[in-house]
Amino acid sequence: MAENKYTAKDFKSGQEVRWCPGCGDFSVLAAVQKAFSELNHEKEDYAVISGIGCSSRFPYYMNNYGFHGIHGRAAVLASGVKVANPKLSVWQITGDGDALAIGGNHFIHEVRRNVDVNVLLFNNQIYGLTKGQYSPTSKFGQVTKTSPYGTIETPFNPGQLTIGAGGKFFARTIDVNVKESVEIFKFADGHKGTSIIEILQNCVIFNNGAHSKITDKEERENNQLWVEHGKPMIFGKEKNKGIVLDGYKLKVVTIGENGITEKDLLVHDMTEEDPTIHNALVNMKLPDFPVVFGVIRAIPDKSYDQMIVEQIESVQANSPVKCMDDLFNSGSTWVVE
Amino acid sequence: MSKQIIDLDNVVVKFAGDSGDGIQLTGTQLTNTTALLGEEVATFPDYPAEIRAPQGTVGGVSGFQLHFGKNIFTPGDKCDVLIALNPAAIMANINSIKWGGTIIADIDTFTEANLAKAGLTPEILQGVKQNYNLIESPISSMTKECLIETDLDVKTVIKSKNMFALGIVYKLFGFPLKYTEEFLEKKFKKKPELVEANKMVLQGGASYASAIQAIPSFRICTDSNLKGKYRNISGNVATAWGLLAAAEKANLPFFLGSYPITPATEILQEIAGRKDLGAKSFQAEDEIGGIVTSIGAAFAGNFAATSTSGPGLALKSEAIGLAVITELPLVIVDVQRGGPSTGLPTKTEQSDLFQALSGRNGESPVPVIAASSPSNCFDYAYKASKIAIEHMTPVLLLTDSYLANGTEPWKIVAMKDMDVITPKTVSRETEEYMPYMRDENFVRSWAVPGMKGYEHRIGGLEKMDVTGTVSYVPANHERMTMLRDSKIKKIVNDIPEQTVEGVKDADVLVIGWGSTYGHITTAVTELIAEGKKVAHAHFNYIYPLPQNTEDILKKYKKIVVCELNLGQFANYLRMNFPQYEYRQFNKVMGLPFAVADLKESINEIMEG
Ligand code: SF4
Repeated sequence: MAENKYTAKDFKSGQEVRWCPGCGDFSVLAAVQKAFSELNHEKEDYAVISGIGCSSRFPYYMNNYGFHGIHGRAAVLASGVKVANPKLSVWQITGDGDALAIGGNHFIHEVRRNVDVNVLLFNNQIYGLTKGQYSPTSKFGQVTKTSPYGTIETPFNPGQLTIGAGGKFFARTIDVNVKESVEIFKFADGHKGTSIIEILQNCVIFNNGAHSKITDKEERENNQLWVEHGKPMIFGKEKNKGIVLDGYKLKVVTIGENGITEKDLLVHDMTEEDPTIHNALVNMKLPDFPVVFGVIRAIPDKSYDQMIVEQIESVQANSPVKCMDDLFNSGSTWVVE
Repeated sequence: MSKQIIDLDNVVVKFAGDSGDGIQLTGTQLTNTTALLGEEVATFPDYPAEIRAPQGTVGGVSGFQLHFGKNIFTPGDKCDVLIALNPAAIMANINSIKWGGTIIADIDTFTEANLAKAGLTPEILQGVKQNYNLIESPISSMTKECLIETDLDVKTVIKSKNMFALGIVYKLFGFPLKYTEEFLEKKFKKKPELVEANKMVLQGGASYASAIQAIPSFRICTDSNLKGKYRNISGNVATAWGLLAAAEKANLPFFLGSYPITPATEILQEIAGRKDLGAKSFQAEDEIGGIVTSIGAAFAGNFAATSTSGPGLALKSEAIGLAVITELPLVIVDVQRGGPSTGLPTKTEQSDLFQALSGRNGESPVPVIAASSPSNCFDYAYKASKIAIEHMTPVLLLTDSYLANGTEPWKIVAMKDMDVITPKTVSRETEEYMPYMRDENFVRSWAVPGMKGYEHRIGGLEKMDVTGTVSYVPANHERMTMLRDSKIKKIVNDIPEQTVEGVKDADVLVIGWGSTYGHITTAVTELIAEGKKVAHAHFNYIYPLPQNTEDILKKYKKIVVCELNLGQFANYLRMNFPQYEYRQFNKVMGLPFAVADLKESINEIMEG
């Protein structure tokens, strides 16, 4: 293996990191710094772009180019950067409020356009920076400062939203799972197009334990299904649980019971364009199902930024207009003697 | 009876009819022919307010006015000749025909039903006949006559009646048909039968006009001495080209993030078609996406712009503030229209001035520049870009619906003659780069992703002076606020002094800004010809104001500020120079000034 050019330290800025002690954002920062040091880009070619929210402070803590934007606009800011200079490796840092509430419109259109941006969607199911109001991913009935009697809103599932908007890439990870996150980030960087990575992030102050049922040490092996392309969907402490397709639906089975063997399990295919299974996977919920993690959907396609360059090249090859002077003098002109 | 010959220095012609009658195309053809003959010309397309209003109603009338001859600054107030392709076209324009002017109307369309739809009662028609030279021409039936031997379907035949009308107009002025014939040959290259048919109808119109005694001929006395190579250009295209030219001069890739909005959409369309020049256009999902992608592109090292109209500018406000605090170059074009809210989307107004100057949260200074003719949209877009790039700031360029859709001949420039534009790209010699280090004009330098050794972070939070780290220090915020303010004020050194036209020791100074230049100039020129002592100062640089503004104001006993709003520029001057008294002449009808009204009001002020 070739030596890495950088270490994670090269991506640490001098700024004091100001998240609450114990915030899930710290682990994600570490994972991103590690992933950047292991990827093949020059340091100056990284651009980290954010909106507003706790996680959106992220760019200040990285030592590469960064832009802390305005609320909800991370997607368009990042799209502008990438389209303007497709050589850059562009990372968008956004939260559930930033991406799915105030920036919901930009989010679906970014996904639809397939601009080559790696999107880290920090989902803590709460507004942290404004101190504890419900977000578009807060659980139905959740009591927060703005829902003292419980929310009466159905939350978004970011995976479903991504796939529904025609998304080509969706992955899910957990803040504290640094090792897995690093691998997912690196893989997303290689994917050409919008890569949505939902990170279940714990806000210790305003929504502590939002994901604890999933992440709980004792139960996590039974409650998490980490999918790998080409591998059967197995999970559980005993590695004896699996997912099969039963008619139109997914079903949890136990290997060895009712004649089920590993061969009967669904084999993960992240490149399948038909969204049915991917959608069913991202919709799996406790307690009937484990929650899916890993790269769920990754369909190679052309990115927006790549196509705009190709269009420019093909137009330029065929147009007599090469510069402004050509344009000024093209079409119908006349001379007054 | 022999044919009447009317001698004029200049003439105003208007085509009007249903939106399906091909009015805009007909108008454009007459414009092109006029321009190719070397006449000065200015045009004003007048689109119906409603999309597909019922046929034959006043709301559905589409118009195209052009003014040509000598000393043309405007598309003209009232027309000498109106070509009305239905009764509604007369009703819609009844107040914009000169007393005694000629109306050539398609009498075949004067059915009972059409007259009723247009509200043209027998009494009104009687009045029209008394006051104007109404020529009832069977345009529809003669068009059919021309094409009787072809096997074209009725719809196609009727569609070509605009060519008959055009043929009449060409004959009125003794213009050749050949330019339009050439156009038809190109347009219907693949359908030779349509080329022939349209040519026949065009000639039919011309022959009809020479045969009918009642149709006068006009002789336009021009002595155009404006040597050079010309093309026709609209304000929106000129704006797009000005931006593109600046990018080329500065040697920067160009990016436009935008969202369709009347009357600015054509800028986005023009840029979208300029992939041959490497321009990138991004049609965003909304106005905010339009500007924010541009800010991203500016961060990434492109010269970026965004185009919009009033309602869109309101949506972009927060993002303009982001460009202010991050000190990135950006041009925001606001093609103003009637407001508030959706207002009058297709009509002209100058009521976004305050929004442009201060429609943002916080102390958020942005230079404001206004174009004053369709063709100088090119110059001011270029200048706005130069200021944005050289002073690392967003710049607001104001045009309006009247400039955007109006066309006029533009003397083609050569890129080598355009002012140099020097981007503030960080120099390789800088030892330690700090994002908010400033030069003598308080301008920071631009380091863009991809440049090794200059990695830094910027954003919407207040920045520490010099280092650019986040800072909530009270004194630092005040210092940064002052620095941002001073930076914009310093731009005054890069803009020309304000000029004054007209009489030296004038009694009245007429002040205008932006698109009213043509009308005010015409009014002032005519007043001077009538022996009045009037001067005219027309502002293109609104913020900062030219250095000599006060020197000008103090010279005149009376000042009148004329604008298409309730007095925003007048109030702006009152705020800056409270020691002078400002009278106002305002109009908010969604229409340009009329020269006659301007003259009347200036006269009143002189006497009063
Ligand atoms: S409020 Fe929550 S999300 Fe924000 S920094 Fe603190 S723990 Fe993290």
